[in-house]
Amino acid sequence: MFRSTSDRLLLGLLRCVSALAAAVVMLIVIFLVIESWPALRSVGPLRFFTDPSWHPASAAGGGAGRFNLIPMLIGTLASTAGAVMLATPLGIASALFCRFYAPKRIATGYRRLLELLTGIPSVVFGLWGLLVLAPLIRQWHPPGQSLLAGVLILTVMILPTVALLSESSLNSVPRAYLRGAAALGLSRWATIRGVVLPAARGGIVTAVLLATGRAIGETMAVLMVAGNVVQVPHSVFDPVRTLTANIALELGYAMDIHRSALFVSGLVLMMMLAALIGLAEWIGGGRMNA
Amino acid sequence: MNAQNTTEVIRPWAQRGPCCETSETCIEVQNLSVHYHGKQALGGVDLTIPRGCITAVVGPSGCGKSTFLNCLNRMTDMIPGCRVAGSVRLMGQDITQSDTDLISLRRRVGMIFQKPNPFPLSIRKNLTFALKHHGMKRRSDRDEAAKNALRSVGLWEEVKDRLDAPALELSGGQQQRLCLARALVLKPQVLLLDEPSSSLDPVASGVVEDLISQLRGRYTLVIVTHNLAQARRIADHVAVFWTRNGSGQLIETGSVSQVFDSPRHELTATYISGLRG
Repeated sequence: MFRSTSDRLLLGLLRCVSALAAAVVMLIVIFLVIESWPALRSVGPLRFFTDPSWHPASAAGGGAGRFNLIPMLIGTLASTAGAVMLATPLGIASALFCRFYAPKRIATGYRRLLELLTGIPSVVFGLWGLLVLAPLIRQWHPPGQSLLAGVLILTVMILPTVALLSESSLNSVPRAYLRGAAALGLSRWATIRGVVLPAARGGIVTAVLLATGRAIGETMAVLMVAGNVVQVPHSVFDPVRTLTANIALELGYAMDIHRSALFVSGLVLMMMLAALIGLAEWIGGGRMNA
Repeated sequence: MNAQNTTEVIRPWAQRGPCCETSETCIEVQNLSVHYHGKQALGGVDLTIPRGCITAVVGPSGCGKSTFLNCLNRMTDMIPGCRVAGSVRLMGQDITQSDTDLISLRRRVGMIFQKPNPFPLSIRKNLTFALKHHGMKRRSDRDEAAKNALRSVGLWEEVKDRLDAPALELSGGQQQRLCLARALVLKPQVLLLDEPSSSLDPVASGVVEDLISQLRGRYTLVIVTHNLAQARRIADHVAVFWTRNGSGQLIETGSVSQVFDSPRHELTATYISGLRG
């Protein structure tokens, strides 16, 4: 394929590195399947969604464990959906502000700030949420540690992702479109709504989906503020437990089938993320190939 | 070998538009100069552009032709570090003032770019979107205007069955005609064309050139072109720009026959004979 030795060497090296990256993902999936296999075999996949409650530890004592993941699944979905619904308009608005309205100096500073926000460890967000946000919510409606607190913390965490990726998508809109729109006498907002947003749509959707992935996977901050009661929430003020928090909370003492059941929830998370990436590929694919 | 010359044979020659009335001034440029980041790009341009005529702006690369064109609809405002001095009067009104309403100015002065730039929307939306924004409320009115604009650029028969298809699926020549229609649908008084056919293949280029020629009399056209043969074919007046001391200048202006047959300026003479530039 290549005549020069250095090209062949580089090719070999790149192949090895790519294979390594792919192998890591495959190994994680295989590991998850192997670890969750005992639970899947003895409990059966169906009972994870139909059991009356989540009492997996009683199986270890010889009793009949209960393995309903639905409350945690709903906890994850509700906190993620809430955060995405709040962060998407805010993120896109920030990106538009940065790209089209802010003076250059302010835009640069603002961008740095968002970049910094992405780098803050989630435990710091969690600490702030626990000490500041949850008490504020408690004043409004007890108990404070709640789905709402989880949603707000996740919103702050994924907002910079949405904003920065959306902005890079806005930046990739060809200048020829902007010049064309200006030459037609379109106002800035008309240009944004009619030309820029349609042109950047694929990139913005990808940004939102990546942020969604982050929200689904986020563990520590949500664990610290959401209350972690295994229940289907009836209002945003009810405490909830997410799938990720469930694993983190119980893995330390889980044995046998209980332990294996936690890996099942890991597998469920993995499948949700795979579906999300598939969706991102499907929506964003056309744009990236173009 | 110039691309345009190959197409002359197959192009219908009789398609010149109505004659222009040279008596009335449409745009009057006085002592116009442009600086980019303090460096002069264009200086001391005085030019009168008659209404309803095609004025070709020619000259070698980098002589300020496009810069000059961009001053006429204030697209220079979009270029960071660009400063314009002097006056440009459009039907008597100085458009270089800071209180000029850019939106209405650009409605009156349309622009076509070198590379076709239809929006990534449907063919229909490319035409109706600006109308809607400019206050044409009824959908049927907008569709009718779009249809007329497409007819006037000879695109209606080609696209009438796929108005909702993406405009980017059209060929380069069709895209450029769509851009022309997109400008015409706003009923401008002036059309600025920045090398409108230079990125197209010879046949498409010929079609666009003929279209421009047919717009004579109904619109005032200012066309920047590298192509002297094209300027000679379609223009009524010619303005020759040249770079002197690092800055673009207008060195000669006059009717086509005057500039091409009896140029007054030495540089013009060498330029049109192909010896320089």
